[in-house]
Amino acid sequence: MMMPVLSIQNLSKSYASGLQALKGVNLEIRKGEIFALLGPNGAGKTTLISIVCGIVTASEGVVIADGHDIVRDYRAARTKIGLVPQELATDTFETVWATVNFSRGLFGRAPDPAHIERVLRDLSLWEKRKDRIMTLSGGMKRRVMIAKALAHEPEILFLDEPTAGVDVELRRDMWALVRGLREKGVTIILTTHYIEEAEEMADRIGVISKGELILVEDKATLMKKLGKKQLTLQLQEPMDAIPAALGQWQLALKANGNELEYSFDTGEDHTEIPALLRRMGELGIAFKDLNTRQSSLEDIFVSLVTTRKGATA
Amino acid sequence: MSWLDFNRRGVWAIYHFEMARFRRTLLQSLVTPVMTTSLYFVVFGSAIGSRMTQVGGVPYAAFIVPGLIMLSLFTESLSNASFGIYFPKFTGTIYELLSAPVSSLEIVLAYVGAAASKSILLGLIILATASLFVPLHILHPFWMLAFLILTAATFSLFGFIIGIWAKGFEHLQFIPMLIVTPLTFLGGAFYSIDMLPPAWRTVTLFNPVVYLISGFRWAFFGTADVGVGISLSMTLGFFGLCLGLVTWIFRTGYRLKN
Repeated sequence: MMMPVLSIQNLSKSYASGLQALKGVNLEIRKGEIFALLGPNGAGKTTLISIVCGIVTASEGVVIADGHDIVRDYRAARTKIGLVPQELATDTFETVWATVNFSRGLFGRAPDPAHIERVLRDLSLWEKRKDRIMTLSGGMKRRVMIAKALAHEPEILFLDEPTAGVDVELRRDMWALVRGLREKGVTIILTTHYIEEAEEMADRIGVISKGELILVEDKATLMKKLGKKQLTLQLQEPMDAIPAALGQWQLALKANGNELEYSFDTGEDHTEIPALLRRMGELGIAFKDLNTRQSSLEDIFVSLVTTRKGATA
Repeated sequence: MSWLDFNRRGVWAIYHFEMARFRRTLLQSLVTPVMTTSLYFVVFGSAIGSRMTQVGGVPYAAFIVPGLIMLSLFTESLSNASFGIYFPKFTGTIYELLSAPVSSLEIVLAYVGAAASKSILLGLIILATASLFVPLHILHPFWMLAFLILTAATFSLFGFIIGIWAKGFEHLQFIPMLIVTPLTFLGGAFYSIDMLPPAWRTVTLFNPVVYLISGFRWAFFGTADVGVGISLSMTLGFFGLCLGLVTWIFRTGYRLKN
């Protein structure tokens, strides 16, 4: 495998309050991928990002960003990293142009007005460049924060809850921007608790719960592996028990015998359903309606986090 | 860290940002202290000074000039530097500073440098204002500048520490109002400590501000309450103390990082 662009090894963090926010997290991010870190509030997503970006000091563990240790070789490491934090925090009295150029300088890069202009245009901020930040709407301020993070041309971009409290238009813009960045070879790590966002954007997904990374998987594999499809048949006549002749499909009887439910993996071939329906026809079992449902990432996520809770309880 | 990869652009960006803040608030930053100083001249210099004899061979109105400049230098350095670092903490924009490839030395250099630049400029403006009221002759201009710069740097460092320590805006006012201003008034800004009863004179020698003002006044008139060597070493000592504290803050991440 190619050398990971970000390598997190055995990362732990305990706060002075005694809270253990991260427990020995290991994670490798591939160059150029979009990685979504999913998890409920307080799972440790922001702590993880904050450590990589240098805002929080790790209690234990090593982080290597593009070959540079984030502590020993922090200059080189941080130059490669851009961060858009969750909280809206801007220099209200500055103009958009000044604040974005400030960020580039802060990260030690030579002035490049053409690059800043490109970033501002991509974010629909160009017309607002002379405006003071305090005159902008919340959505525009978030765009400013993204522009600041992109000002120094980072190779790894962290987006912490990028679309929390953001309107539909901005969310769509943001997704387009992220895809555009990926095409330029930027690696993107985003945290979210909007499952649809991860489902829409990510190449790979990591699920974090209570400071532990409980799963890392390709999105497609994850959906295939854990994704189940369900066929529900609403019967015309309720039944007391499932006939033995239908045993091979391992059906479940639901809704007081009014519904038959057939669960199957999306990975299998789909010849089983016609076979099931044919056999039911032979047995004279009539149904008045049917529907199929594919489990979303959300279902997968909820089941993962809840089984985990059950296991540790 | 080697000196080769010193992030000069980062330092410049912060310095420039801080000076832009200064320009935006030019009215409060400059007019207020100049006004206050002029008032001091009217009250102390003209009203009281006209009834006073000379202090150590210097006319009273001229005698108070170094003390007045120092008073402004202390308060402005403290408030500029403390506000400069406290405000990003307050608004949350500090995330960018902490995640940027700038060393703690560079951060201190930029913030303290900007705060000190402002108060040095201010000190010089007050000096110019004062010369409108009283004829001034500066005996040791080099040492006058040296004390001015050193004091501005020291109190800007001190202010930087306060800004990091502060948990609320009221904390920013706390130390300047409760400690620095009283110590300045009791530190011989408006009188020579020789004018005090002997017991109080001894007590006063525990006030570090005495040494700062005395050294600065020596640069003007060649006379001082305490030897200029002692003044200089006390000022340098205080500077070193602040520098040590700042180093400790960055090493431990005190109130900056979790």
